[in-house]
Amino acid sequence: MEVLKGDALHSLQAKRLRWTVEQAGKVPFYRKMLQEAGVRPEDIRTVDDVQKLPFTRKTDLQGGYPFGFFAVPMKEVVRIHTTSGTTGKPTVVGYTRQDLDNWSELIARNLTMIGLTDEDVFQNAVNYGLFTGGLGFHYGAEKVGMTVIPSATGNTRRQIEMIDDFGVTAIHCTPSYAMHIAEVAEKEGTTLPTLATGIFGAEPWSDNMRRVLEGKLGVTAYDSYGMSEMYGPGAAFECPERNGLHIWHDMYLSEIIDPKTGEVLEPGERGELVVTPLVKEAMPLLRYRTGDITMFLEEECPCGRGMKIARLHGRSDDMLVIRGINVFPSQIEHVLRSVPEVGDEFLVYVDRVNHLDEMTIEVEMNRSAFRGELEDLTRTQNRVVAALKEALNLRTRVQLVEPESLPRYEGKAKRVIDRRGDDI
Amino acid sequence: MDVTKYTIKQISVFSENKPGRLAAIAGALEDEGINILAFSIAEANGFGVVRALVDRPDAAYKKLNAMGFMVSFTDVIAVKMRDVPGGLFEMARILSEAEINIEYSYAYSGREAAVLILRVDRVDAAVEKILARGGTLLSADEFS
Repeated sequence: MEVLKGDALHSLQAKRLRWTVEQAGKVPFYRKMLQEAGVRPEDIRTVDDVQKLPFTRKTDLQGGYPFGFFAVPMKEVVRIHTTSGTTGKPTVVGYTRQDLDNWSELIARNLTMIGLTDEDVFQNAVNYGLFTGGLGFHYGAEKVGMTVIPSATGNTRRQIEMIDDFGVTAIHCTPSYAMHIAEVAEKEGTTLPTLATGIFGAEPWSDNMRRVLEGKLGVTAYDSYGMSEMYGPGAAFECPERNGLHIWHDMYLSEIIDPKTGEVLEPGERGELVVTPLVKEAMPLLRYRTGDITMFLEEECPCGRGMKIARLHGRSDDMLVIRGINVFPSQIEHVLRSVPEVGDEFLVYVDRVNHLDEMTIEVEMNRSAFRGELEDLTRTQNRVVAALKEALNLRTRVQLVEPESLPRYEGKAKRVIDRRGDDI
Repeated sequence: MDVTKYTIKQISVFSENKPGRLAAIAGALEDEGINILAFSIAEANGFGVVRALVDRPDAAYKKLNAMGFMVSFTDVIAVKMRDVPGGLFEMARILSEAEINIEYSYAYSGREAAVLILRVDRVDAAVEKILARGGTLLSADEFS
């Protein structure tokens, strides 16, 4: 599958695409969309026919909250994950048993690709739960036969102790958490001698950061890409060449488009990644706009596997990735509207403090809510922090500012000042 | 008894904790020829409330509000303390015995006496108790 090429690949993709269109037809949203576009499954003969289909946007998925995009009866859905939505409601993703098998297969393929085997001890130091990184990697690593430690996040000293005591050889976490582990390990006086492989994903990280992480942790670091809508992580992964990520052509049909015009771009041209999963049963998607900016790499990979995308750094929308969690400014706006003591105007600052992302939100006070007491203000501040924590699952700093003190914009408001830069 | 006579309008101004905010407030009051008789700053996480007793509270409110500041009036009382050891204790004991809670206070030492500005949870009761125990309260007129 990994090295499939030419006609053999295209005919497999076309067949699976036709099946996906048929599967999507079981979802009312897609039935209507396909009708309006005048496309029937039998019209899909080649992979290029994908261009006859309209795009699906994240906001479409939210419109179907909670289960509107499921193409199978609930009794066939064996798991649910969610991802942050652009407003108050999350995007819900469902999986059939076959979907979970497909996903584990993908993760296992990635891990095998970078040389991991059943001899390895694997620490999965990401959030378990609704976030797909935890269970996704967990079952994929078990499939390889690795010894899996579901350490999840937090208690960094204990994480380090486990790496040393259990002889962990491979770790999966966000790059910023890896940096934190490296620093704490240094303080604890261990070089983590058994650790050889680091898999980092869920947030963008630079090549500079790769060098630092490899130096500090003594690992070879690999980039992992995915999103809940595409099962989760594992959709694209770096091979040992570590020059771009193979986006798995047997499970995803990918395109790069100009985010403004929707025009399909050629390899080497940067644009938005659009993905049509080819084997998703519970929640098929047609031409899903990921919002991630990348390009197809023109040169074939010496490893012989299929198409690669460049490492991901930008977004076509205003989504932020904070400590591996996706945050849309519109979600923050939604939360602030629910607190009457503050106004609608806000500004988000993102910084990296000790290698961890810190989000600070400046929000204007509502003039009429001020009664002159400091404790009212403190209560308001705490209320906003709690509401944001609940909605975003993130600890944020909140600064109350004077009314009419934040900049006003005539056109699209600039809500985010990201000061993390490209360095580490 | 007319307790309103002893109820003094303090102006409370929300201020971000950053350089220049106090200067802006004080400068505005100077422009209007408003005299600040007593003031304090209470600060929390990243912001504060500037509290001031001024000779013309209404004018101060109007000016600061027009400049975009969030301003509010807060009722406080001003007690004359004996400027000797035990002066504060005397006042605190009166309020404590009456179970009146002091939310905050600040003081200044004037020409004639030390003055304690008090924000309490029950203004009326505080005025009555202090007067009944022979304390001296400054009336609002004395600040204008």
